[in-house]
Amino acid sequence: MKLTLKAALALGATAIAGAASAECGIEAGSVRILSNDFEALRYINDTAMECASDAVTVEANATSEHKNIQGPALSIDPAEYTVAVIANNSIVPLLNDDLIRPLDDLIAEYGDQLLPNQVISTGGEAMAIAFMGNGQHLFYRSDILEEAGVEVPTTYEEMLSAAEAIQEAGLMEHPLAASVKPGWDLAAEFVNLYLGTGGEFFEPGSAALAIDNEDGRLVLETMRAMTEYMDPDYLTFDANVINQLWDAGQVAMMNQWGSLAGAAIGDAADPDVAANTAFATTPSIGGNAIPAAALWWDGFSIAKNISDEDAAASFQAMMHGISPEAVAENPTVATWLVDGYQPGEAAVGVIANANAGARAYPMTPYMGLLHTALSTELADFIAGREDADQALADVKAAYDDAASAAGFLQ
Amino acid sequence: MPHKTFALFIMPAVVAMLLFIALPIVSVVVQSLFVEHEQVMVEVENCGPFGCSTQLRVDTEATAEIRDERPLGRFAGITNYINRNHLAFDQVREIWSTSDGLGEIWSRMMNLPFYKALAFTLVYCFLVTPFAMMLGFAIALGVNTLPRLAKGPAIFVSILPMIITPLIGSLILFWMFNPQGILGASLQVITGDPTLSLRASPVLTWIVLIIYGIWTNGPFSFVVFYAGLQTVPGDTLESAMIDGASRWERVRYVIIPHLAPLATFVALVQLMDNFRVFEPIVGFSAEANATSLSWLVYNDLIGQDSQQFGSAAATSVMTILGVVILLIPVLIRTWRDFNRKAV
Amino acid sequence: MTTAIGRMPTGLRWVTGLLLAIWFIAAAFPFVWTLWGSFKVEADFFSRVSWWNAITGDRTLMQTGERFTLDGYEGAWITREFWRAALNTVIVTLSVTFISLFVGTLGGYALARSGQRYAFWILIAALVFRAMPHITLVSGYMLPFFELNIWGILPTTIIVLVAINQPFTLWMLHSFFLGIPKDLDESAMVDGCTRFQAFRMVIIPVMWPGVITTGLFSFLLGYNDFAVTSMLLSQDNLTMVPKIASFLGTIQSEGNVMFAVASVVSATVPLFILVLFFQRQIVSGLTAGAVKG
Repeated sequence: MKLTLKAALALGATAIAGAASAECGIEAGSVRILSNDFEALRYINDTAMECASDAVTVEANATSEHKNIQGPALSIDPAEYTVAVIANNSIVPLLNDDLIRPLDDLIAEYGDQLLPNQVISTGGEAMAIAFMGNGQHLFYRSDILEEAGVEVPTTYEEMLSAAEAIQEAGLMEHPLAASVKPGWDLAAEFVNLYLGTGGEFFEPGSAALAIDNEDGRLVLETMRAMTEYMDPDYLTFDANVINQLWDAGQVAMMNQWGSLAGAAIGDAADPDVAANTAFATTPSIGGNAIPAAALWWDGFSIAKNISDEDAAASFQAMMHGISPEAVAENPTVATWLVDGYQPGEAAVGVIANANAGARAYPMTPYMGLLHTALSTELADFIAGREDADQALADVKAAYDDAASAAGFLQ
Repeated sequence: MPHKTFALFIMPAVVAMLLFIALPIVSVVVQSLFVEHEQVMVEVENCGPFGCSTQLRVDTEATAEIRDERPLGRFAGITNYINRNHLAFDQVREIWSTSDGLGEIWSRMMNLPFYKALAFTLVYCFLVTPFAMMLGFAIALGVNTLPRLAKGPAIFVSILPMIITPLIGSLILFWMFNPQGILGASLQVITGDPTLSLRASPVLTWIVLIIYGIWTNGPFSFVVFYAGLQTVPGDTLESAMIDGASRWERVRYVIIPHLAPLATFVALVQLMDNFRVFEPIVGFSAEANATSLSWLVYNDLIGQDSQQFGSAAATSVMTILGVVILLIPVLIRTWRDFNRKAV
Repeated sequence: MTTAIGRMPTGLRWVTGLLLAIWFIAAAFPFVWTLWGSFKVEADFFSRVSWWNAITGDRTLMQTGERFTLDGYEGAWITREFWRAALNTVIVTLSVTFISLFVGTLGGYALARSGQRYAFWILIAALVFRAMPHITLVSGYMLPFFELNIWGILPTTIIVLVAINQPFTLWMLHSFFLGIPKDLDESAMVDGCTRFQAFRMVIIPVMWPGVITTGLFSFLLGYNDFAVTSMLLSQDNLTMVPKIASFLGTIQSEGNVMFAVASVVSATVPLFILVLFFQRQIVSGLTAGAVKG
């Protein structure tokens, strides 16, 4: 009896494993995934792990330190991880150091399920596969705007006058909020608005900074003007904090991450606020037509320093992880870029931004250095301690030093 | 003690420190003297889900060739130390020659990231260290008067601020100090100022960080001083009492001198830890108003998308030098003690 | 000492009592508040409307149907497998404490008993080593550790923590050993003991107070470390503090702050029990302590 039970279990196990690996189509290899740690990525990791079988091992390490781990982990041979889950910004160090491999052959062989725009290519070579999009877009309170008698703003100028109207009507003391905490958030806010002006961050064909111009000043002045309508604590506001302010019903308009939209209208949100929360494209700036917000994608790359067998196994496992079926089972956790995805309520903002022609966060090799310079040098400006000219000069000085040390500027 | 025995006893500790601290320090010092090679760039078309654009990218093959020849990078001497993001010699010279009045010099210096961080680091270090030591000493004296049974729980409660992970401890206090939080709201009621926010102005932010520093560092001094108090010789105290010394005089002339060597040790450790202040700045989201040297290192290495190793290495080396300078008085004292012992 | 202070005038006794009471409240209140808040939902404990919500728990009632909820604990311990982190922390903390103390007592004893110049310089070097920001050290470890294939596992982290902790341990134990008369080990050696036997049979027994105090600090270092553990451990091997930090969420993704709060409380409870259980040892360790600078 005992024996038969054991045999049956073993049979069952092989049957399941066989089915799983048959589904992924992997014969052998080792898949090791490194990713950030949030729900959508954990879901993909778990789905990819279904591909494990006797001949295939699938492991995943989801950690918020992934950006700092990926460089050293992929530069050894063989690489510690075969798959790096990355975004617009975190792929750059991997590209700069030549740590990921072109995917064209793998796409041709195993990538039938992919939509053409899921492929991230540089210089004609596919280097990553995107599976979800993100970005900041407008959150607004329909009830408050209606009471104040203003339309949903489509430009930053309208947004400021709408804030003025709400304040005057006595509906809210601080109708605006933005994630302007000095650090990564503040820099991202500047990048959003500057992208909206249509300007370029760098001079064409070089790493020389080009933001010290009318566009740069317009962006900074708009940011300063917004702070007039914000809670005086705005210097401590990051994305999670402004969502809490939103939930407390203290804010009428803000640009917030699409990935946090679900939380603002979800079960845990204040029902009164959630019922009146709506999403729209980010307002434009300076008379331009495009939304002043960056678009982001999350995707994966395959490490260069691994065997072809592991690369193929990794690619197939990830194809299983982001397959249309897997996404269809869990459509609400992200704004998927995968075939067949039906956007839910929380995804409309990001998609509207994309359709309105918002620009992607640049993949330029030295963008990260600029982001760092912005993150520290704009602090005094947003706190009201220096003017726009000084702020732009500081950013340029900080960036120039960093870019020369990194070998981008002479 | 014979050299050989000494070597055997100290071996494990020294090997561990050499391998995991000294070696990295050497490599950091070397790294701080180099900058990266010139990157060979090519123009390419980048495409993604949101369209295509023409951008530069690193020509990895050409760059790898240069890198293979000299893996450390280009020798830069002290460039990493004196550029604007660090000691900023050129900028300081200019500020010095073109400003009128100390006020302007100060405000322009505070615009340079390194000096801004250094200012907070030093103020934090020199306020938190003595006050936390005084607090710890006062608690130790107080707890020492408690009945035996109450001492255990009293010790436990007193070390609570040290036990809670700084990262989370400061986050929770940050929330309590928030205008809608229990402490922030109470302060608004007490001061009668409904708009009072402890986070909007630099001065208030610094005060909150320093108070947090005293709160979280006091327990360390408490534990060490409390242990030291137990060794105060009873007969000296009694003879002081017979001589008519008041309670305060006994503390002043018997207890404090007895604890002085211990205070040196505590001051040493605390100065060093406070010079590397970091977690409270992140926990309190105080980056707008207060940064520290360790925060600069963090921002170069971890906080951002691109890692700047040379810059972080230079700041780290200067942190070490700063600590050494701070500790010189204590070191001289240790040297004297040591020589006395040797004789 | 106790008798001398025992005869305090009533006035002074009241003042001391009052000041102590204020301190105890200041020290314990944030923790009590956290403990209370860990049974609420985020909208209450981190309310932007008023802190009074954290007391009444209106949103908790709305979301869960009760005024108190175990959601935070359930999410952290069951959904996100916090028990794994707890287990890792036990392994890391205990190993770090014992290895640190073993290596440190040997070294501290040698430093205290050697009158040579090099002993002084070793102490000074240890101090300078301690000044290095941990983040810089850790990012230097990454590449070699990956190359040696020892990244991500517990033993590596334990050894690194022991090494980083060694300067402090050496200094502290060295101070304690200085307080123990030289005659003690010398007479033992005259009686025919080797240096190591004298150390083990004569010195260590009188050293317990110093060992306990130093052990307490080593323990807390291992327990609270974030810089090393967050960068050198893989997901399955994470200890409690980086695990808690990972609950807080990243820039673009929502965290589960209440998981973090519940975990903080869970992480402190064992310390509470430990301190209460070892209270007599710690108090007597401190009481008999002979710390001399």
